[in-house]
Amino acid sequence: MIPRFTPLQRALHWIMAVCIIAMLFVGVGMASTVAQSYLSLVSLHKTLGILILVLALIRVVVRLIYGAPPLPPDLPELIKLGAVVSHYALYGLMIVMPILGWAELSAGGYPVVLTGGLWLPPIAPQSASLHTALWNAHFYLAFLFFAIVLMHVAAALFHALVRRDGVFDAMGPRLTRDEVAPAE
Amino acid sequence: MPETSQPTPRAAIGSLALIVAVIALSAAAFAYTAGWLSPDRLTPQKLVDGFDLKSPPPLGHRRNHAKGICFTGVFEANGAGSELSRAAVFAKGSYPAVGRFNLGTPNPDAADATVRVRGFGLKISTPDGQEWRMALIDPPFFPVSTPEAFHALQVASQSAETDAMPKFIGDHPEFKAFADWAGSAPWTGSYAEEPYNSLNAFIFTDGSGAHRAVRWSLIPEAKPVTVPPEELAKRGPNFLEEEIVQRIKGGPLKWTMVVTVANPGDETADPTKAWPEDRRKVEVGTLVVQAIEAEADGPCRDINFDPTVLPTGIRVSDDPFPAARSSAYRISFDRRTAEERDYPRAGATQ
Repeated sequence: MIPRFTPLQRALHWIMAVCIIAMLFVGVGMASTVAQSYLSLVSLHKTLGILILVLALIRVVVRLIYGAPPLPPDLPELIKLGAVVSHYALYGLMIVMPILGWAELSAGGYPVVLTGGLWLPPIAPQSASLHTALWNAHFYLAFLFFAIVLMHVAAALFHALVRRDGVFDAMGPRLTRDEVAPAE
Repeated sequence: MPETSQPTPRAAIGSLALIVAVIALSAAAFAYTAGWLSPDRLTPQKLVDGFDLKSPPPLGHRRNHAKGICFTGVFEANGAGSELSRAAVFAKGSYPAVGRFNLGTPNPDAADATVRVRGFGLKISTPDGQEWRMALIDPPFFPVSTPEAFHALQVASQSAETDAMPKFIGDHPEFKAFADWAGSAPWTGSYAEEPYNSLNAFIFTDGSGAHRAVRWSLIPEAKPVTVPPEELAKRGPNFLEEEIVQRIKGGPLKWTMVVTVANPGDETADPTKAWPEDRRKVEVGTLVVQAIEAEADGPCRDINFDPTVLPTGIRVSDDPFPAARSSAYRISFDRRTAEERDYPRAGATQ
């Protein structure tokens, strides 16, 4: 039996996958439209961002508690390194991107209002130069984030379809028999 | 362990092709969403670039309404607005305000007498941390009905072709009323003598949850004195700023905020159509300007007067402009804050 991530970790992974991919598309979509939908997209972007931040912090704690299944021993060292680096990058971006966005709005003097009318406090002083620095970071890291997500998807599919080494199943949505019927 | 069995080489090639296809499709969907595959989409970048089709942009300044001067003061709510909206700003009381008198031009060095439209940016803050931002202008209605038409106006008015504007007016007959206003409305010699209008319709929600479509105006306490533009031209290129700096020495400047409530069926989606004069009007308070400060170091410089920053109790209507303005103002703000060095703060350069 190949060890898998815990059900809690898998649930967090797939919920966040949907949120993050939606987030990236909402981000580039809202930045390129003047239609009425602009306002609801911006509102959704802020709300999803805070949700992702909260889930990511929970996820890091869960990961520290439960760890991760080992990679297959026959995986080339370079690929293993890539896996480790890209996962650190993904965790980092999940936490850093929402904070950058929140701080960018704060530095720009904008109120941060989530869907449903929840107002968040500013987390950075109002400053034109700080706003610009945060804007740049948020903008360029978003494209890096999307590129890493694509690499992550490609690697996952490679494990699932070509190598068939159980790495995909470790995080895959399928329930194992003991989870379906723990009494057995 | 059946799941570790290797696929045949042929199946592996099929799988690799599938992976490439998934990634390529995802990247294409992303590019489409970002507008990179739709050159005809009206983006906020296009609207902002549209102010400077013939001249370089005013680095460090707002891309439109580029010339202005800051003020600070208070909004004194008389409590009457609470009947229309549950926003805290309408509860009887005094709330800090920051704003900006400005001219509707992309040129921060324009001579004051050459600019027809005067504007008023305003931010009112309430103790609950909420804000009401707005950017008002002095015409009684907007020149065009849609953001797309606004962009067409930008292109036509800067076109070298002589038939561009006649063709634009032919395609957008609603523009005629604005052209007539621009040609015939009296000019005044002061920012303090102008009324400023929201033009866009918004929705007020009262304490019972009832909604009303509204527009609002700031009506000056100062009596407007008509001055012909030829006469204004003799007063120098910056007479409006010089005048307001002098005038404030005589005491605070005041405007009454008047909310106009639409009747059922009144057009809310088209700011070229003013509502009939007999619509219900409610005076909700007084905007008091207490101090004037130059923009370079002033408190209005780094505020985006985005008209969609609204307190609970006010929201946008089906008028397409507030969303488009928000999206475009954001681009203008992002650009000018990144160009800070091109518009030095007076105190920082010594």
